[in-house]
Amino acid sequence: MTIQTVKEANATVLTITGRMDAVTAPEYEKALNERIAAGESAFVIDFQGLEYISSAGLRALLATAKLLKTKNGQIRLANVLGTVREVFDISGFGSIFQIQDSVSAALADLG
Amino acid sequence: MTFDTLRCAATLENLNQVIEFVEEAADRFELATKKKFGLLIAVEEAFVNVCHYAYPDGQGDVAVSCGADNEAFVVEIADSGAPFDILSLPEPDITSDIMERQIGGLGVHFIRTLTDQVYYRRESGNNILQMLLHKTEGTPP
Repeated sequence: MTIQTVKEANATVLTITGRMDAVTAPEYEKALNERIAAGESAFVIDFQGLEYISSAGLRALLATAKLLKTKNGQIRLANVLGTVREVFDISGFGSIFQIQDSVSAALADLG
Repeated sequence: MTFDTLRCAATLENLNQVIEFVEEAADRFELATKKKFGLLIAVEEAFVNVCHYAYPDGQGDVAVSCGADNEAFVVEIADSGAPFDILSLPEPDITSDIMERQIGGLGVHFIRTLTDQVYYRRESGNNILQMLLHKTEGTPP
């Protein structure tokens, strides 16, 4: 898994590529937790290049979203596609995250 | 049914090795891509569960076995920990919102949802979780 980060005007965009599994998910959690601790509060997570996600990946997403919510932050997911989308659907995660079709739509939604 | 088995220490460092082992066997069987994707998630969930819970007092092994006949692909995951049937766990809550949502329970939900049949048995001091997938969509159980 690789994480690329771009700071846009109103949010930090993290592009996740590869696999979010029990081995790699802690890297995502650490990266996001550090940014939240540094005071960043608006995030777009771009899953365009995400090939695979297991419950460990979902757990990391949920834990960071909970932390962010306690700080009144916001998070949007973009490009949740194909088999990754199916995992979101069977776990009910498709309805607890705000998902947009593109990074630009997610940034616009954050306002 | 003949089984190929990979035995390794039950630690997360071996996750990639286990997934590759099952993926290669599933490819030889020509399991449909969509089904294979689901199976690999189920295998990760079962393997990670063994890594986290089977040996609370130290290290142990896990044996991952793949077998097939003409129409079904089978993966068995065995550990020698205390008797534990992961399928006895309740279904997780998959409807509440972010703050109410509990972190646990999704692994077994994926094991149930992403396989066609799943069974637990205790045999010769081992917990064995058997996951079965039919070769094609729509084959009745």
